[in-house]
Amino acid sequence: MRAFAPDTARARERLRDLATLISTPLVPDDFVELVNPLWSRRQLAGRVVAVRRETADSATVTIRPGTGWRGHRAGQHVTVGVEVDGVRHQRTYSLTSPPHASGGPIAITVKATRGGVVSTHLVRRIAPGAVVFLGQATGDFTLPEDRSESLLFITAGSGVTPVMGMLRTLARTGELGDVAVVHVDREPGSVIFARELRSLVSSRRLRLHEHYTARLGRPSAAAIVGRVEDWRHRQTWACGPGELLDGLQTHFAAAGAGDRLRVERFSSETAAGAGAPGGHVTFVRSGVTASVDGTTTLLAAGEAAGALLPSGCRMGICRTCVGRLRAGVVRDLRTGDVTGVPGDAVQTCVSVPDGPVEIEL
Amino acid sequence: MTFERLAPDDLNVIARELDAIRDEVRAGLGERDAAYIRRVIAAQRALEASARAVLLTARSRRATVVGAGLLTVAKVLDNMEIGHNVMHGQWDWMRDPRIHSTTWEWDAVSTAASWKHAHNYQHHTYTNVVGKDRDLGYSAIRVHPDQPWHPVYLLQPIYAAAMALIFEWGIAVYDMELDGVRAGTKTAAQAKQEVRAFARKAGRQVAKDYLLFPALSGRGARRTLMANLSANVLRSVWTHTIVFMGHLPEGAEMFTEEQLEEETRGGWYVRQVLGSCNLDGSRLFHLLTGHLSFQIEHHLFPDIPSNRYPEIAPGVRDVCERFGLPYASGRLGRQYRSVAKKILRYAVP
Repeated sequence: MRAFAPDTARARERLRDLATLISTPLVPDDFVELVNPLWSRRQLAGRVVAVRRETADSATVTIRPGTGWRGHRAGQHVTVGVEVDGVRHQRTYSLTSPPHASGGPIAITVKATRGGVVSTHLVRRIAPGAVVFLGQATGDFTLPEDRSESLLFITAGSGVTPVMGMLRTLARTGELGDVAVVHVDREPGSVIFARELRSLVSSRRLRLHEHYTARLGRPSAAAIVGRVEDWRHRQTWACGPGELLDGLQTHFAAAGAGDRLRVERFSSETAAGAGAPGGHVTFVRSGVTASVDGTTTLLAAGEAAGALLPSGCRMGICRTCVGRLRAGVVRDLRTGDVTGVPGDAVQTCVSVPDGPVEIEL
Repeated sequence: MTFERLAPDDLNVIARELDAIRDEVRAGLGERDAAYIRRVIAAQRALEASARAVLLTARSRRATVVGAGLLTVAKVLDNMEIGHNVMHGQWDWMRDPRIHSTTWEWDAVSTAASWKHAHNYQHHTYTNVVGKDRDLGYSAIRVHPDQPWHPVYLLQPIYAAAMALIFEWGIAVYDMELDGVRAGTKTAAQAKQEVRAFARKAGRQVAKDYLLFPALSGRGARRTLMANLSANVLRSVWTHTIVFMGHLPEGAEMFTEEQLEEETRGGWYVRQVLGSCNLDGSRLFHLLTGHLSFQIEHHLFPDIPSNRYPEIAPGVRDVCERFGLPYASGRLGRQYRSVAKKILRYAVP
C-alpha cells in the first residue's frame, strides 16, 4: 500500500490541476463551497453545533471546524468571522475547549460587550447550523512542556476564558496538581464557568480565590497575589484588563519574579498622547488611498475607503492585519512607538500614520 | 440643450435629492441584499456546472442544444448581473473577499483589471463625452454629427454587426488602449505587461472552452466545441446589444469636452440621466441585462447593488419629471431599431 501513496497523491494533484483549468476563471473551491463550505481549502470554515448560555451576557459556542484545521493548544485564540446584516466581521476569541488528539469540535466562550457587533451576535443570535469562518489557532499564552512546577492563574472577567482551556486540559490529563486560581469579577453571578470552577475545587486540588469588585472594589496587585502566599515560586498566567496586568507586571518585577509571569491582553488601551498627526495612506496592492486623522487606525480608514484588508482581533493581538511598511512613518496607538523602517510589519488595527504612508496590502 | 436650461440652484437641489436616494439605499443594505447576490452566484454556478455536465455526456443534437442554451445563460449571468456589478464595487460593503471588486475575475477574455480601468473610470466618468468616452461606439462607429465623417464609416453597418459576434474580444483589445503608446499616454512597458496579462487570461479561456471540455467529451468533442462556441458568440451578441442600448438610442444626448468644465455634482448627475436610456421588461429580462436595463439608475449610482435599481427607479423618475429632465426608456425592439437607424444614418456624411 505504501508504495502507492505517492502515486495517488500525484494523481490527486493532477486531478486538482485539471479541475482548476476547467473551472477558470473561478477555482474549484468556488463550486465546492456551494456544496459544503466546510470542504473549502482556501477559507477555513466551521459549523456551529451548540450554543450554551454561561451567564446573563456570555455563551459558549461549540464549532466543528472544516478541512484544514490544524488543531490548537490550550490558552490559544482563534479569529472567528461571522456575517452580521450581510457584512463580514472578524474578531479573536480564546479557545476554551481542551485540544483534541484527532479533530473534534472546538469551543469559544464569548462575553457580549456593549455595542459589540460580533460578541452580541455570537452570544444572542447565532444558532446551531450557522457557518462561521475561522483562522488557525495562534498565541503563546499556553502551558509549558514541563509541568512539574506549581501554577498560579490570575484572571478577571472574561480573562478566565483562555485559562479555562488550560484548566480543562490539566484536569483531563490528571495533571491538575498544585494549582491556584485568583479570579476577579463584578459579582458571583457574573462569573463565567462558576459551577465548573467550583466543582474542580471540590473534587481536585484546585484552590480558587474569588474577589468581587461590586463589594470590595478593584483589588491591587499586592492584594491579588497576597491570596496565594507562595506566589513568588509559582509559574503565573494572568489575563484581564490592561490596568490589572500592568499592576501585576510591576509587582512581579519588583519582587524579582518578572520572568515567572505571562500575560494575555484582551483590550488595547491607548497610550496617553499616542495620537499621531495623521496623513495619507496608500494600500499598494489594493490600489486604495485614504486620508487618516490622528486617531483613526490604518485598518479602519482603509476599510472605509473600500479596501479589502485582512483583520482579526482589531486590538493588536492576533496579527492577522499585518502589512509591510513600504514608505513613511507609523505610530502604534497603544505604545506610542514610532516606526519608519521599510519592510517593518505594521499592525494596521492599532497604527496611525505620521505623514504619508504606503502599506503593502 | 437641457443642461443649460437648468439654473445652478436647480442643479444643487437635484444633487441633494439624488444623494438622499443613494444614502437611503446605502444605509439600508443588509442581509436581504447579501442573500440576493449569493443566490444569483449559486444559481449561475449550478447552471454552468449542469451545462458542462450535459455537454460532456450529450449524445444527441437536442442535448447539445440544451447544453449550449444553459451555458449561454450561465455566461450571460456571469458577465452581466455578477461580474459587471461586482467589479463596480456594488458588493464591496459585504467585505466578503470572494465577492469583491478587487478579487473578482470574470468569464471573458479581457482581464478584470484592464476592464475596470476602461469601464469604471473612463466610461463612467466621461459618459457620452465625444472624444473622451471610449466605451464602444464613439470612435470606431460614427453616431453623432460632431464626429468627422470618413469613407470607412460607409462600412460601419457591416462591421458593427460583425463586432457583435466577437464583442468579447473587441472589448479586450479596446480596453488595453494600445493606441495610447503612440499617443504617449501609455509606456511601451506598461502596454507589454497588459498584453501579456491578456494573453494569459485569453489563453486559459480558449483552452477551457475549445480544448479541454471538447477533449473531455471524447467522441462528442466536436459537438461540445460547437456548443461552447455558440454560447460564447450568443453571449457576445447579447452583451453587445444591451451595451449599445444603454447610450445610443434616440433621446440619449452627447456632450462636448467644454461642457465638462466646472461641472458640478448636479451637472454630472444630469449628464448621466441625459446620456442614458433604460429598457422596459420583465424581472427575468432585467436580471439577464445585469440590470443595465436601469442604465439611468446605474449611471447615477454605479456602486449601488443592482437589485436595488428597480426599487429606486420611481424616485429617480420623479426627480427627473419635476425638473423637466427627459427619462428615456423603451422596449428592446424599439430601442434596437432606433440604434440601427443611427448607425445607418451616420454611415454617410
